Amino acid sequence: MTSWLIRRILLLVPVFLAVSVVIFLILHFIPGDPIDNLLKVGSSPQARAEMEARYGLDRPLPVQYGIWLGKVLHGDLGTAIVARRPVADLIAQALPHSLALGGLALLFSSAMGVMLGVIAALNRDRWPDRLIMGGVLAGSTMPSFWLGLILMLVFSVGLGWFPISGARGWTSLVLPVLTIGLGGTALVARITRVSMIEASARDFVMLLHAKGLSPLRIQLAHVLRHALIPVVTILALRIGWILGGAVTVEVVFARPGLGTLLIKSLSQHDYPVVQACLLMLAMAVMLGTLLGDILQALMDPRVRAAMA
Amino acid sequence: MSAAAPIRALRRPSGGVAGLWLALVALAAVAAPLLTPYAYDVQALREAYQAPSAAHWLGTDEFGRDLLTRLIYGARTSLSVSATAIAISVACGMVLGAAAAWFGGWFDRAVTVVVDLTWSFPEILIALILVAIIGPGTTGTMIAISVAYLAQFTRLTRAQIMTLKGETFIEAARSLGAGNAHILLRHLLPNALAPVLVSAMLATGDAIILEATLGFFGLGAQPPTPSWGGMMSAGSALVFKAPWIIIFPGLTVAITVIAINLYGDALIAALDIRAKLRRAA
Repeated sequence: MTSWLIRRILLLVPVFLAVSVVIFLILHFIPGDPIDNLLKVGSSPQARAEMEARYGLDRPLPVQYGIWLGKVLHGDLGTAIVARRPVADLIAQALPHSLALGGLALLFSSAMGVMLGVIAALNRDRWPDRLIMGGVLAGSTMPSFWLGLILMLVFSVGLGWFPISGARGWTSLVLPVLTIGLGGTALVARITRVSMIEASARDFVMLLHAKGLSPLRIQLAHVLRHALIPVVTILALRIGWILGGAVTVEVVFARPGLGTLLIKSLSQHDYPVVQACLLMLAMAVMLGTLLGDILQALMDPRVRAAMA
Repeated sequence: MSAAAPIRALRRPSGGVAGLWLALVALAAVAAPLLTPYAYDVQALREAYQAPSAAHWLGTDEFGRDLLTRLIYGARTSLSVSATAIAISVACGMVLGAAAAWFGGWFDRAVTVVVDLTWSFPEILIALILVAIIGPGTTGTMIAISVAYLAQFTRLTRAQIMTLKGETFIEAARSLGAGNAHILLRHLLPNALAPVLVSAMLATGDAIILEATLGFFGLGAQPPTPSWGGMMSAGSALVFKAPWIIIFPGLTVAITVIAINLYGDALIAALDIRAKLRRAA
């Protein structure tokens, strides 16, 4: 297990390097110059050159990349060009908000999705199944920013249950979590349902029936355990989606998270902040995939045996 | 794909209703000028912010333009951008995926690594960055969406060809003296086509949502050209003052995407390719 884990983590290094090159390069293709945002109208070419030298924008690209990566590895993400503050500070402020939102949404969609998927599978092709799968489909086809605004309209403005936007107190989290979570619920419920139905057709289930176990106990104690393996795989592969999906929802609810920061700095051409945001999201994706691999290994005895 | 499958899908109740809605939306988009007495871009400020009424079935927006008219014209933009983007994505993905599966070796490994890497990123992030590079507008949106979905089709095509490669009928063709190109173009790709096309159809639904999201950020079709996302972007600032401006485009997106999913499901059942699709996922 330990050697497998070490190998798996070492595998992340080239991936991280590749992602960092892509993120670094992409930003230099974006048209628009952050220096334009800083210079006063009618500034001299010297002032411009000075400004470029200060931010290192006058050196060749590979050198800029090397300097950038070295600093990143030391935890120095540079200085935001527009906000004129260390990027690491901006990220440190935004990250907890995004993690809380993303984590709760993931929790909500996993719990809700597995529950609905199990109920649907137990009532296969009867009305609870149809109702759940229909509702889940409807929930996943609404654009998340639209769903967020409608929830806001109904629950904040109409009923006054939750604050309209911002990040003060846990009540401000309810609507954003619901908005992101409903989309994820659909995916989880669909996979849980299908893999429950598939696992029920396996030989060992027939044996359990022959042994005289109650059908409900077989479904919940034995079939569900098998059925959860593909669910964990998909959840792990798409863990980055929770943070990514949060981008739009954060903007809609004006939450001070990574998504809001990313969108704002994209429009301001603030390279260092955009780079840092993308790097954080990329790392979240990679760590999520790693976490999923480990969870999956722990759940599946065959994988455990292969690793030993 | 057998020609009768799309028809057979319509015979299922959910497939029929879904097909009807999609046909209606497509027809409305094509025949837009014949269906409505209003123009999509003429402002009538005195009629701004009207709630749904007999004269304006879905109300008017902040410039007094008829919402139903803009919704119908918006269907042109949203549907054509999403469908074209997915078509480009499918074409490129099939070539890449088939090449990777066929040539194998380092080329296959390189493609697989890149595809797996991009596949784990949310499409909205990929699309946002690309639109930022290319610049907002319909072309930028189209390219961004097609790149965002490229990984999915490359992956699917590769998986199909990989499984087909080992089948006996390929061995038979080869022993009859068929060349590489012949086997790839006449035997492998046609057999891989049905699952790819069906998942392309389902992806078009996701692309409509993605196009709307980019439009919501003001990166899609630029005013006064109406698009569903652009209408919701304008409506989001007015959600408390005139909620109908954002409610109806969102409902249209949701119903259209549901219809695409239901019809796609019916098509999967009619073609009996559920197992093929799952193997590649």
